[in-house]
Amino acid sequence: MSANNPIPGIDAGDDNRGAPVIVIGGGVTGLSTAFWLAEAGVDVLVLERGITGWEASGRNGGGCSHHHSPLFAEEQRLWPMMDELLGYPTEFRPNRIRIALSPEQFALYGRAVANARKQGFRADDLDAQTVRELVPLAGDNVHAGHYYHFGGHANPHRTVQAYAWALRDRGGRLRQHVTVTGFRRQGDRVTAVETDKGVFGCDHLVIAAGPQTGRLAAMLQVDIPMRAARAEMIVTEPLPLMPLGGIDGNGLYGRQTLRGNLAYGGGPHEWVETEEQPGGPRPSTPLAGSIARRVAELLPKAAHARVIRSWAGIIENTPDGRPVIDRPAPWQNLTVATLSGVGFGLSPASGRALMQLVMRGHCDFADLSSLRLARFDRLEPDWDALQGWLPAAMASA
Amino acid sequence: MTTDPRSVAGKRLEIAERTQILIVGAGPAGIAAARHAHRGGAQVLLVDEHPVPFETMGESVPQIWGGRMGGAVRNRNAMTERMLEARPDLVELFEAGIDIRLGTACWGLFANQPNLGWMPGLVAGLVDEGQGSHLVGFDQAIVASGRRDMGLAFPGWDLPGVLGAGAALMLARLYDALDSRRAVMLGSTPEALLAALDLIDAGVTIAAVVEQAATPAAPEDLVARIRAAGVEIVTGEAPRGVTSDADGVTGLVLRNRTIPCDSVLLGVGAVPMIDLLHAAGARCAFDNDRGGFVPLLGTGGETSLPGIRAAGDCAGIWPAKTADPALAEAEGRLAAGAALAALGLADAPAENAPQPGPAADLGEYRKAWVRASVVEAVAEMPVCQCEEVTAREILEVSPPRYLNAPHLPNLTRSLTQILGEGPPDPDQIKRLTRAGMGPCQGRRCREQIQALLALQEDLSLGVVPLAGYRSPVRPISLAAAAMPEDPAIAAAWDSWFGMPRQWVPFWDVEEHYTVAALATEKEHVSE
Ligand SMILES: Cc1cc2nc3c(=O)[nH]c(=O)nc-3n(C[C@H](O)[C@H](O)[C@H](O)COP(=O)(O)OP(=O)(O)OC[C@H]3O[C@@H](n4cnc5c(N)ncnc54)[C@H](O)[C@@H]3O)c2cc1C
Repeated sequence: MSANNPIPGIDAGDDNRGAPVIVIGGGVTGLSTAFWLAEAGVDVLVLERGITGWEASGRNGGGCSHHHSPLFAEEQRLWPMMDELLGYPTEFRPNRIRIALSPEQFALYGRAVANARKQGFRADDLDAQTVRELVPLAGDNVHAGHYYHFGGHANPHRTVQAYAWALRDRGGRLRQHVTVTGFRRQGDRVTAVETDKGVFGCDHLVIAAGPQTGRLAAMLQVDIPMRAARAEMIVTEPLPLMPLGGIDGNGLYGRQTLRGNLAYGGGPHEWVETEEQPGGPRPSTPLAGSIARRVAELLPKAAHARVIRSWAGIIENTPDGRPVIDRPAPWQNLTVATLSGVGFGLSPASGRALMQLVMRGHCDFADLSSLRLARFDRLEPDWDALQGWLPAAMASA
Repeated sequence: MTTDPRSVAGKRLEIAERTQILIVGAGPAGIAAARHAHRGGAQVLLVDEHPVPFETMGESVPQIWGGRMGGAVRNRNAMTERMLEARPDLVELFEAGIDIRLGTACWGLFANQPNLGWMPGLVAGLVDEGQGSHLVGFDQAIVASGRRDMGLAFPGWDLPGVLGAGAALMLARLYDALDSRRAVMLGSTPEALLAALDLIDAGVTIAAVVEQAATPAAPEDLVARIRAAGVEIVTGEAPRGVTSDADGVTGLVLRNRTIPCDSVLLGVGAVPMIDLLHAAGARCAFDNDRGGFVPLLGTGGETSLPGIRAAGDCAGIWPAKTADPALAEAEGRLAAGAALAALGLADAPAENAPQPGPAADLGEYRKAWVRASVVEAVAEMPVCQCEEVTAREILEVSPPRYLNAPHLPNLTRSLTQILGEGPPDPDQIKRLTRAGMGPCQGRRCREQIQALLALQEDLSLGVVPLAGYRSPVRPISLAAAAMPEDPAIAAAWDSWFGMPRQWVPFWDVEEHYTVAALATEKEHVSE
């Protein structure tokens, strides 16, 4: 069956033309998947409820160093070539210095180093003096640091749009302001996607809808345990560029942007009710003050820099905080992806893995067994309450 | 009941003080609200950011000061005294025992709403240059933050001497520190002409009023008053540039002539200052008769956030309200009355808020100005001054110049082709071009970009969404933004979620995940 053949009840207008592969979600995961599919010559359509990258994909720290993930090696291989591959700038910059202000922080940050070294990546220990030489805004409070010769950071906005533009350049389509509301199926196949703008036929469906992935999959009787949380970041006015922008530590993630702003996050998150549809308020809170305090500790010579904005994003989380990238039974033509809070940096690799899952049923460059849905087969039904992951209102009810 | 130790659950906000009614802004609406609330028996805290620190003024916050604040504004004590002279009502409120804090900005209001549940009631963030930031708990807030001027680009508008019409009036009246003798007014709206008349009163010569349209926008009686004051009204013209020297503007260049002046006043749009309300999550919508985006309000000035109200210019600007402070005062009293009622201190007020009459098409007027001044400019200039982004770069959605990216093939594409369907969203433009991302927090470019996008796609102005505001709505240094903190926050601080298994290397992951298995501790709880 081809999606371009009319399906009963489907509006055959050109705008509402289905596609061999439909991807739900115009965040980094969905767009990277669609990009890789288009690159492989597949006719792909992305359906997005709002605008490109409006959710977590446009609100994150831009970090690309996921040493714990089976996709780490591919993440590291791909980032340096993404600008060229996509044809648009992502502002990717390699490497990172992680600053520890105490021996405890140094020990904690050493674990990432151990993981990376084990996979053949280089990291150097830095003494306080060297940190200060490499990081002009650092101060006398430095204990020590690590120099990662891997990882790095990119600009989330530019990256997510680069995927979208690269997709378009390869003939793929992205429809914005289209909300998926349901599915049509025939036996063990999903045949079409129902939306507020009509029905779109598909041969294969990818659900990459961030926090809504679980809710959408549940409509197909696939249970992906998930909970959503809000996290916040702040950004300062631009400061003179440091030699390396990838500077973090002291309990913060973030970077100096190529424009010079300091953009950092960290600290407590809040468990929230998963929205029926995304697009509600994304309030930030006075936690900005706690983040500001720690940025000023991390980079004391920037203490005068003015905070000009804060923001918040809603993060998709599975019970163990690890992605689900899988083709769930019993469906013959369904792929699901939720990245569980590490999706930005992994996106070049997750998209490529998902492309392979769609086209061949397996990934040939990474062992994705730890990302299978089946790992939750024995999960306690009240896992979220047991982990304290219920929103405040529900917890007290 | 288990709580996630790294979440906000069980963590306190350090609330330094409490008040029953917080009033933000000590203009006519805020003063009237404070007086009424105090008389009604409520505990009132009235804050006003003026005098604004000199450094902040230099960033065009909260007004487009255009470098025309005289040296006197550096002396904060003198400015505070000056403010009290200019607003004798404030002295009376001080004497009545109301807690009034001048030079104190409110940078955020926080209320529980979808996706936020841990606020211990309503909370405001205040900052004062000397004392840094702290939090105030309140039962009711009345935001009376006033208005600001719409920015309008033309070649040279980034030089000292190009300032907002309202900003000029504020410098003249409130600070007695307007560094300008001879000004040209751009725009002939009632707001612009009333500002011109007040400035003439304050001793400033208005060399001319320049209007791009064929006829003035204000009604005839106002136009007659301007003419009677000896001011020339030049129609069918928009600025082509300025002449300047080391001190900034020396003249405004029109098609065939240059008008000597030391300042150019932006009077094409008076904009309700909704930053605080929008950032707090109050629903806002474009209202042609109220000067643009305004909060949606109920009869007691209540926003969509229970307990947070708006009064005065931030609730809407129209000619009668500009001409007569009594309207803003009435709104202030009404909001205070409703706040008292909500506190159980009074019956709900019976009167109705003043309403605007139907106004001329504000969207068409602002678009026409942006077309005449920005789109038809004879040279390229930044529309976003902080990030130096031109109109062309905005409409082509170009990456910032520092990337040295090859020119994107966007020139030949419509915004819909570039950004996807739906009205072009200024926030998406901001993310991609950086227009609106700088330290002035989009105060100088927001309305222009809205008009540019509407012009480009041939949309009515109100269809283009508002570029969002985020706290802190005033720039605050990292050092000053750090506030007292519950030790529980520091004790559980983690760079990310601190999940027991999130960072375990993949080769070490168990086949099945259960909560019970977490009893076996592994490393990698945090990262
Ligand atoms: C503050 C913060 C900091 C972060 N820092 C980092 C970091 O440094 N490094 C890192 O790797 N990750 C980081 N993350 C996490 C990362 O941003 C996310 O993991 C990633 O963006 C997830 O991308 P996604 O495409 O899977 O989901 P999303 O970005 O959530 O996109 C899902 C899309 O699906 C759409 N959608 C949902 N339901 C429907 C429907 N019914 N119909 C149509 N469309 C729908 C949504 O509108 C949305 O655009 C951070 C996140 C936040 C919030």
